[in-house]
Amino acid sequence: MLRRSARWLCVDSTFKKSEAVWNIKFGDRATTHDLDMHRSNSTIPMFSVMDFEGNVVNAAHDPAIPEGECRKIMETMVRHNQTDRILVEAQRQGRISFYMTGFGEEAAVVGSAAGLKSQDYMYMQYREAAALAYRGYTIPQMIAQCMGNVEDPARGRQMPIHYGSPELNVQTISSPLATQIPQAAGAGYAFKLEEADKVCVCYFGDGSASEGDFHAGVNFATTTGAQTMFICRNNGYAISTPTKDQYRGDGIVPRGIAYGMPSVRVDGTDLLAVYRATKELRSVIVGEKQPAMLELMGYRVGHHSTSDDSTRYRGKDEIQYMDDTFNPIARFEKYLVKKGWWSAEETAQIRDETRKVVLSELVRQEKLPLHPPELLFEDTTKEPLPTLKEQRAATLAHYERNKEYYGKH
Amino acid sequence: MRRIARVAASAVASAAQMRQKHIARPSPLPEYESVATENGVSMNLFTAVNSALDVSLARDSKVVTFGEDVAFGGVFRCSVDLRDKHGAHRVFNSPLTEQGIAGFAIGMATVGWKPVAEIQFADYIFPAFDQIVNEAAKLRYRTGGQFDCGGLVFRSPCSAVGHGGLYHSQSVEGYFAHTPGVKVVMPSTPTEAKGLLLAAIEDPDPVLVFEPKILYRTAIEEVNPDYYTLPLGKARTVRAGKDLTMVTYGAQVNVAQLAADELAKDGIDVEIIDLRTIVPWDREAVYQSVKKTGRVIVTHEAPITCGFGAEVVSSLTADCFLHLEAPPTRVCGLDTPFPLHEKLYLPNERKLVEAARDLVKY
Repeated sequence: MLRRSARWLCVDSTFKKSEAVWNIKFGDRATTHDLDMHRSNSTIPMFSVMDFEGNVVNAAHDPAIPEGECRKIMETMVRHNQTDRILVEAQRQGRISFYMTGFGEEAAVVGSAAGLKSQDYMYMQYREAAALAYRGYTIPQMIAQCMGNVEDPARGRQMPIHYGSPELNVQTISSPLATQIPQAAGAGYAFKLEEADKVCVCYFGDGSASEGDFHAGVNFATTTGAQTMFICRNNGYAISTPTKDQYRGDGIVPRGIAYGMPSVRVDGTDLLAVYRATKELRSVIVGEKQPAMLELMGYRVGHHSTSDDSTRYRGKDEIQYMDDTFNPIARFEKYLVKKGWWSAEETAQIRDETRKVVLSELVRQEKLPLHPPELLFEDTTKEPLPTLKEQRAATLAHYERNKEYYGKH
Repeated sequence: MRRIARVAASAVASAAQMRQKHIARPSPLPEYESVATENGVSMNLFTAVNSALDVSLARDSKVVTFGEDVAFGGVFRCSVDLRDKHGAHRVFNSPLTEQGIAGFAIGMATVGWKPVAEIQFADYIFPAFDQIVNEAAKLRYRTGGQFDCGGLVFRSPCSAVGHGGLYHSQSVEGYFAHTPGVKVVMPSTPTEAKGLLLAAIEDPDPVLVFEPKILYRTAIEEVNPDYYTLPLGKARTVRAGKDLTMVTYGAQVNVAQLAADELAKDGIDVEIIDLRTIVPWDREAVYQSVKKTGRVIVTHEAPITCGFGAEVVSSLTADCFLHLEAPPTRVCGLDTPFPLHEKLYLPNERKLVEAARDLVKY
């Protein structure tokens, strides 16, 4: 028996020499004689700081956000939630063509934005407008983009809610899902080469994580040591597809671990936990020059978009239960009220003010013209190619002859 | 076994033919071209690409190059020694994922870097199609010019190599020529490969540079070892003639020359235009030539249907209609996947000669 162990020990040390080639650290035993299927039966728990009543349960991880910052966070969440409510109605009235709300995910989005630094660069999917709002993107800016009028610096070229802002270090949103994930890996690698105190933050949903670009981007980030933070909003649905049809593993966070990056699962409706985890991961990313992953568990309270009626694939009782139980704004409000930093009246007041601002902006901007047709021909390439110059001349001449056919411009 | 040996032998034979034929250059050269051969050092196409990358990495700290197997020098030796010279952070291997390479490069370019990303074979660019077509090509437009990825260059070996079969032979330029927002380049000589690649790196738009891999070792000429660029969007008149115009690019330029030599024996004087840039293509050069000769053959390796030749023929039909004395003709690859019956598939010089004789008699 002794001789046999010694012989296998020898085999193990032979394999150990191959560790550098395989880039795997076997520990004290490279081989096993047990055929283990490695079925995981454990679930990674959600990190949480406060309970549903707004009491800090885990004082060791209380991020102790100063009052002023707490107020800014709360104001942003309430204002954005109210903006969503009115703009979704504006879409129903035909005043904008499309809209997507962030109901139920306000703490995940604003909490993570607040845990970052202003120089951190953001790539978004489309349900993270509240992070832009936290950075200072205004209601008039949002409405201008949704209407695509002359006040939209993106020249009215994309569907509503495809925001972006070079001034706020937020890359413009595009519709193809998950394409931003390898891009964020590239930007995070650039920041590492620049030796910058800067991370590239990449938001995406649990559905997007099934795209090939998720695999490509996350793997690329670890092998290059990109300063990138991957933030998955796991809200239970990708349009109508529930997570049980999206994946059968333990959600998204084990994938981060499998690719070789520090990964944390957080209760995305607990603002303090989101803020704390984001801050901690940020310092790991910059300090250790490697990416990290955050999975924020939440629930998509609203419909997927204004083109979707979500009660066709999930019960109203489910929505009601999740909204009542995990309401991120109510939970943070309780925390603030207990601190003596907030009151329910303030929430009502912000809602009222926001309603007035959004409505008056809608009225004002409806009178604004769209970008002139000439702009259709700019920005495909930096200088228009000769073929496009000809198309421009022909199309504009046609437009002049047929203006009444084309309506508002 | 015998069949494999035969295919290999024919590849060697055609490579040898090319070695004899490629060097011919018209004289005098256009003024902007003469710098390309100044203080010339003998280079083949892969060493010219290597020289371009080397010069570019040395003069601009924002240039990086990466892709599958780039670190050790690349499977076609295009990045040899660059890692030692410029550092492991700027010349590095990527994981094996083309969509990742494309997305990663776009991300770097978006924050101000100049990535030169390699796709190992053009045949494998399709996993990156979404990133190139939906993201890179549209970034400037969809953001109203607020963001761009203009520093971005993709390089990729393309076209037939004698025995590449389905997935080591494709000419994919047509797919990208259909995408507003990217530029597409295909050199046919070492000086072009270097000058156009350096121009692509400086160009404010994302550029795809397809390098005909059969020329990597077979095309040899004197190349300026220092920094120079050749203009994107300008064609080269490879050979002047008065009876018929051949419009082509990439390795097919050499095939057109073989055909022109043969046709010269019949007294048919062929003018050859190397487009060099597919997007934007030099319509002026083509139109001028066609207006002079009245007859035109467009020839490329890619399949004929919806290939770039269709664009050239339809444009010049519209714009040079009254000057045409025969139907504009395409001599292209067949509408099959790229087969191992390569010789019969390709628009070889024999096919070009027959088509040209028909056109002159029309």
